[in-house]
Amino acid sequence: MSASTYGEKNCAITGVGQSKVSRGSPDTALTLTVHAAMEAIRDAGLTRADIDGIATWPGDKGDQSGFSPVGCAALQDALRLKLNWYEGGGEAPGQYGAVFNAIGAIAAGLCRNVLVFRTMYEATARKAAFANSLIKPGQRQSGGGGGGFSWFGPYWNYAAALQQSLFFNKYVHNSGIKPEQIAQISINQRRNASLNPAAIYRTPITLDDYMNSPRIAGPLRIYDCDVPIDGATAIIVSRMDVAKDGPNPPVRIEAVGSCMQYRNSWSQLDCLPTQAQPKVAEMMWSRTDLKPKDVDMAQLYDGFSFHTINWLENFGFCGLYEAKDFIEGGKRISLEGELPTNTGGGALSAGRLHAYGAVHEACTQLWGRGGDRQVKKDLHVVATSTAGGPLAGAMLLVKD
Amino acid sequence: MPNGASTITPPGAPARALPVVDYDSEAYWKGGADGRLHIYRCQDCKYFVHPPVRFCPKCEGLNVEPEATSGKGFITSFTINYKQWVPGLPDKFVLAIVRIAEQDDVQLVTNIVNCDPDTVTMDMPVKVVFEQHEDLFVPFFEPEANR
Repeated sequence: MSASTYGEKNCAITGVGQSKVSRGSPDTALTLTVHAAMEAIRDAGLTRADIDGIATWPGDKGDQSGFSPVGCAALQDALRLKLNWYEGGGEAPGQYGAVFNAIGAIAAGLCRNVLVFRTMYEATARKAAFANSLIKPGQRQSGGGGGGFSWFGPYWNYAAALQQSLFFNKYVHNSGIKPEQIAQISINQRRNASLNPAAIYRTPITLDDYMNSPRIAGPLRIYDCDVPIDGATAIIVSRMDVAKDGPNPPVRIEAVGSCMQYRNSWSQLDCLPTQAQPKVAEMMWSRTDLKPKDVDMAQLYDGFSFHTINWLENFGFCGLYEAKDFIEGGKRISLEGELPTNTGGGALSAGRLHAYGAVHEACTQLWGRGGDRQVKKDLHVVATSTAGGPLAGAMLLVKD
Repeated sequence: MPNGASTITPPGAPARALPVVDYDSEAYWKGGADGRLHIYRCQDCKYFVHPPVRFCPKCEGLNVEPEATSGKGFITSFTINYKQWVPGLPDKFVLAIVRIAEQDDVQLVTNIVNCDPDTVTMDMPVKVVFEQHEDLFVPFFEPEANR
């Protein structure tokens, strides 16, 4: 499986950066992005002059939702970068689409060091309005194609929590998972967050706390939902020969999963209980000799706890509908367990950094910077994943 | 009130956000004026095509036209909403994906109405019911047992 065939094998993450993450920032989204970007560039032992490409997902949304307020153009100008290539678009295998594009740009000989970033400003946006609403009052909903939200329009589909529960409730029905088992995801991540000074919510929660928390839409409770924040993450993806010159041991991108094999639609999705994850995971494993048993740690998407539950199964850490037993009691996924999962608290407790928090945490742990939450065993292989519904992307990261 | 339309949304409840309707989706959103649910169907191989497009992914035929269906279906998945996202929502309501009786892979997003949300179950048989909003006849589904 050579780098000439599999472009990701010639790429590595060489530096990471993150702004302060908060429930309401005094800084603008662009300033937060600059903080993350400069930290990542310096972490990789580089200067602005070394960055020859930038990529982000889904690009500047040009609205007040806070979902993606900063795109390539604003960051390029703020940092006065001189680039050979740039890309910021939303139709991609979830948030990691930007990384996959960076791999392509490196493989094409366009770039050596790509700055990949993701910025969210939803905490501030929500103070002004229910900004995340999927419904825009007073205007007819467009998007009539296969993936379009217009098909949800008249049905009071106000939020992703409500709409994605169509997947989660099907999963509950098929798997028989119980609330006290589902709870282990948020309990574990809150425990991890209590050891992470940068996390938003750091007070541990109990099973009683979970069971007594407000219901959102069946089967979701409030603790199953990620936390809107203001914050930005940046990572540097470098060509392997360049990566080897840096101060950090390269975190190699061993394999990716990026495929679109299901009906790519929020309403017509033909894999409701698993979401579009199984074939994406299958593709990732087909591009490496490593196996699920070789994975030391998992940083799994957790926009909702069920995404994490799904990924545990679809990556093959346990069988389909067996996650309920795998996570029972929370021991296996704890910092001391066989598969420490979402070790920084994840989006549920550290904040909705939208999958790039997971990459940042993977590198933090692989480079031994985890502080009180550092996993004690030797760490080399991390599985990481993004997105739900029809969107899914996966990466296997390796530090040799 | 036109044939088949009824009142579903309670007084004081939030407005229904309406979709942009185009040449292909018109049959779905306006066809309910005659009390029936219209879905695109390949006239050559009889495959239902939804969301509507004048191309059949089974036989590659272009002869695709709207057809009235039985209006019956089954609940493929659903969720009961509890959160008051905006003022005026019922304490509970059901968002669902219904597959039509004629073909499993035609999945319609809808609310299950005219019943206690707690009585809704997976695979429950349901039947279409329309509510008029402006020029559209919005399809909802109620338990088939209601009829």
